[in-house]
Amino acid sequence: MTRFIARRLLVTIPVLLGLIFIVFTLARVIPGDPCRAVLGERATDAVCDDFIHRYGLDQPIPIQFGLYLEQLSRGDLGVSIKHSQPVTQLLIDRLPTTIELTFMALVFAVIVGVPLGLLSAYRRNSPVDVGSMILANIGVSMPVFVLGLLLQFVFAVLLKGTPFAMPPSGRLSSGVEVLSLVQVWQLESVTGPLRGFLDFVSRLYIPTALITGQWGPLGDAFKHLLLPMIALGTIPLAIIARITRSSLLETLGLDYVRTARAKGVRERSVVLRHATRNALLPVVTIVGLQLGGLLSGAVLTETVFNLTGVGRTVYEAITGRDYVVIQGFTLIIAFAYIFVNLLVDLSYGFLDPRVRQR
Amino acid sequence: MTDHHPTHPAAPEFGVVDTLVSTRPASLWRDTLAGILRQRSAVIGFVILGIFLFVVVFADQIAPFDPRQSMLGVEDGVIKQAPPCVHLLGCPVDRPEHIFGIDTNFQDVFSRVVIGSRISIGIGFAAIGLAIVAGGIIGAVAGYVGGRTDNILMRIMDVVLAFPALLLAIVIVSALGSNLINTMLAISIVSIPIYARIVRASVLGARENDYVTASRALGESTSGILIRRIMPNAVTPLIVQGTLGIGTAVLDIAALAFVGVVSLSEITWGSMIAIEFQRLFSAPHIILAPGLAITFVVLGFNLLGDGLRDAFDPRLNR
Repeated sequence: MTRFIARRLLVTIPVLLGLIFIVFTLARVIPGDPCRAVLGERATDAVCDDFIHRYGLDQPIPIQFGLYLEQLSRGDLGVSIKHSQPVTQLLIDRLPTTIELTFMALVFAVIVGVPLGLLSAYRRNSPVDVGSMILANIGVSMPVFVLGLLLQFVFAVLLKGTPFAMPPSGRLSSGVEVLSLVQVWQLESVTGPLRGFLDFVSRLYIPTALITGQWGPLGDAFKHLLLPMIALGTIPLAIIARITRSSLLETLGLDYVRTARAKGVRERSVVLRHATRNALLPVVTIVGLQLGGLLSGAVLTETVFNLTGVGRTVYEAITGRDYVVIQGFTLIIAFAYIFVNLLVDLSYGFLDPRVRQR
Repeated sequence: MTDHHPTHPAAPEFGVVDTLVSTRPASLWRDTLAGILRQRSAVIGFVILGIFLFVVVFADQIAPFDPRQSMLGVEDGVIKQAPPCVHLLGCPVDRPEHIFGIDTNFQDVFSRVVIGSRISIGIGFAAIGLAIVAGGIIGAVAGYVGGRTDNILMRIMDVVLAFPALLLAIVIVSALGSNLINTMLAISIVSIPIYARIVRASVLGARENDYVTASRALGESTSGILIRRIMPNAVTPLIVQGTLGIGTAVLDIAALAFVGVVSLSEITWGSMIAIEFQRLFSAPHIILAPGLAITFVVLGFNLLGDGLRDAFDPRLNR
């Protein structure tokens, strides 16, 4: 097992390096003048020369890359030109929105998708099966932003005034606030990385409200998250349901399942304990693979629901030629993606002993 | 058609029986087509895509108005953001007929959806076609040459896959400049790894077969072996994945247009939604029309892709 993990980790290193290089290069080739994008079209040449020199943009690209690597190794992602703020601070502010959204969307997709797929396979060709597979087909075909807009229209316009009305944008109602961990636990004296971590966690509204027992804001935050969560989670839900269904169907046809039936194991137990366990293996991979799609979809969901998350920030950074933010954020997203895929591979090793042998 | 359908399109002995009793000889193409037509989802997908293909080809004839023309002053009684009006369905005859309604710029929504199909679907086709060619070459070289070349090529593919596709496409279009060609290129680039992997897997599977060794012994060139002996093995998975891939590409184009990476002056379904999405609460029909168009096209490609997979791989079908 240790060798399996070690080998898998080693393979990741060149991918990470390639990633840093691509992110760096792409950010450099984005056309346009970073100086005038930040300081405005009317900045004089002298001001711009000073600006370009100050941010090292006049150095040759290889030197800039070397400096960038050295800077990264210190955990420094640079300072955003546009926001005049360290990128790490921006991440602390904005990453939690995206994490909360993608995580909840994934949870929604799994807790609805897996049972739906199992039920469809178990009651194959029944109305439940046919109906849910038709819905799954439509679900994967609808653009995230169209679904988001439709949900907004139904829940914020048509159902306005009913108990089912949902807020169409933002993370909290105006006037509602989730107190940060630092405020609740009176840790104002804490500084440095620990403070950054506490601030980061505090921006994850649902867990923070849960830990500190702020029930009112918790409900409000959850209500705001509901529509974006469904909009973002529907495509992975449909994919997960379909994979679960076909995987269980395949497993139910295997010899050991017939053996279990033949020796008189109860049907319930055959399906749930014998077949489902093996059938869920491919589902784990698929769940992990959804992350890329979720992060892509998050850009759109954040736009539709007016959330200031990672996707929106990257997009604004691209239009504003804020190299440092583009680099920092795409890097973190790609790192997270690779990390999750690593976890999925490793969990595969735990779930399926055969993988370890290879 | 005869009554003697082969029970299985790929089973040669039934094909022989078929030729003996039926008037028309069985052929590979006809058997394949029959297999596909037996898949209900493939047929539905075919029908949906057929309708859209018709719309794409005859868009100029179908669209009742110029998609960029403002109806203001052209027609009497035209109202900004007017909801759909079809005379047959009880809309007052004195009001101008616009089956998908009017948008904020007094343009006919139906004409815009019809003309918009060209870019929305066309770019998807072009992008995936390019991705299949590029991915096919990369995968074939990686699989056939093997060793270090394989390792390097596939690690590069891993790096591309390490980015969320849409985000990478946004970055690429921004880097290259936002126009339709670059949008097509960006979607193509993010799709390449899938096809490279498929072709590589097929090549690895076929490389050690005896007939390949025989071709090599007979002195066939490497490229000849690759193209004539090995690549046919990759065609089936490429067709299936390519069909599904065009659906994804149509979604990605719409998304790129929606976030504003594609110029809003181009008429595409995504940009139609991007222009009007703030008016969701007052005039939902303007968003619904292109939104449903995207959904149906993608649904068509997904159903066809699934149906083709089932038709080509009879094991899944029992």
